[in-house]
Amino acid sequence: MKKRLFLALNALIVFAALLFVWQVAVWALHVPPYMLPPPVHVGRAIVARFPDLCTSFWISAEAAAAGLAGSIVGGLLIALVFARLPLLRRMLFPYTILLQTVPIVAIAPLILMWAGQGLFAVALVTFIICLAPIIANATQGLISVDTNLLQLFLMHNASQGQILRKLRLPHSLPYLFVGIRISSGIAVIGAITGELFAGSTRVGQGGLGYSILYAMAQLQTDYLFALVFAATILGFTFFFIVMFFEWLFLHKWHESARSDSSEI
Amino acid sequence: MSSIPEIVFRDVTKRFSATAQPVLQSIDLVIERGEFVTLLGPSGCGKSTMLKLVAGLEPVTSGQIKVNGLEPRNARPLVSFVFQEATLLPWRSVQRNVALALELEGRSHEEALRTTAKLLDLVGLTHVAQSYPRALSGGQKMRVSIARALATRPQLLLMDEPFAALDEMNRDRMNEEILRLREAGNWTVLFVTHSVAEAVFLSSRVVILSPYPGRIAHEISVDLPYPRTAGLRETPAFDTFVNRASRLLREAHRS
Repeated sequence: MKKRLFLALNALIVFAALLFVWQVAVWALHVPPYMLPPPVHVGRAIVARFPDLCTSFWISAEAAAAGLAGSIVGGLLIALVFARLPLLRRMLFPYTILLQTVPIVAIAPLILMWAGQGLFAVALVTFIICLAPIIANATQGLISVDTNLLQLFLMHNASQGQILRKLRLPHSLPYLFVGIRISSGIAVIGAITGELFAGSTRVGQGGLGYSILYAMAQLQTDYLFALVFAATILGFTFFFIVMFFEWLFLHKWHESARSDSSEI
Repeated sequence: MSSIPEIVFRDVTKRFSATAQPVLQSIDLVIERGEFVTLLGPSGCGKSTMLKLVAGLEPVTSGQIKVNGLEPRNARPLVSFVFQEATLLPWRSVQRNVALALELEGRSHEEALRTTAKLLDLVGLTHVAQSYPRALSGGQKMRVSIARALATRPQLLLMDEPFAALDEMNRDRMNEEILRLREAGNWTVLFVTHSVAEAVFLSSRVVILSPYPGRIAHEISVDLPYPRTAGLRETPAFDTFVNRASRLLREAHRS
């Protein structure tokens, strides 16, 4: 507990120092605010346009959450099929890696063209980039069950359904959470990338991605920084929500989720 | 009661691929109901494979195995398997691990609860019933594994080096405990180990296997009366059996 408090304090001090250096550098080097606004200006922009910032934050959060939730459900379903049909898995698995390597920025405009504008399309972009880590990890978890345990189940004439429910699914849970954790980080990136192309039905109002473009065009660099800051917070929030659920489901039995980890 | 032997191996040969040398060759062995038979031999002699064959987890290449007069697969409800590792489900509490086999066989929740409570008391683990496996010591985990195996009231227990991972003191204690448990249950046991002392202490009969390919080299009847207790290990009779078994094991290994 003491250690954690120390770490948090440490991070805060570093952050404050960074802001201070930034402020002094802008002031000393006479950087024009439209190039790099001093932190005080960014702070002022946050306060002044807080409602707008919140609206954008929520629009992006919604799209990212929908895409991530979809990829968890879809990824798990695909992993279940892969685990059940090894031949199909060997045939299609390379394509899930392809899914991960395809540059999302390049295909996002295509997806928006096909799916139309709006929340659904942005969530779809998020879904696509979140899918691969979940498929890969969940499949790994479902098929890496200990042979002895499998034989134990067979000795007691367990059905395939029982083996799935009582052995494969619980065994895959820690693996699935690794996948979700990776995807939670990129979900926000996916949503913002989608919004960069999605435009908005109302001028000047949209998700973080759209608003970043809009602020850029208006040379509202201080507000742009505020938006980037909000995007970072959104990413962190997703990550911590996933961490919480991981802890909730795994802390009783799994090593990775033990509290008070002292690595670093 | 019935005169059907518990396990019959008739000229059993097992190879894992058509071209490979057999793991087991021409095994003939009859185990009667109530016997405690230990398969003793160096690694690679196919003793674990013999257990897998009896459990119906592997098919024989030629020959025949009957368990209670049945095909091994069909005899599974009579049989429980204890593995070298405890193979517990880490996401289940001790109590629910013991209940697993009962759940799989579709027994009612009440029955499972009653049976597991009795078994945990028997193996002395009532105080950790709600703990998760990661909190247990190696010996405790093995006790849970044995309790789980006993939950379905097996007639035949197959044990594949269950105490190999324990230190010597714990292993001796588990040996005594398994004999104590057997007095109440009176199951037939087919046990695998490479510890001579363990084999002699537990068994009514020791079967010594020679490797490459696995064959039965010798059999020793251990004519020491049950119930056996820790004190037995200090008697000359025990030493005599251990020495004889060690000598035969060395011979089997050389030939």
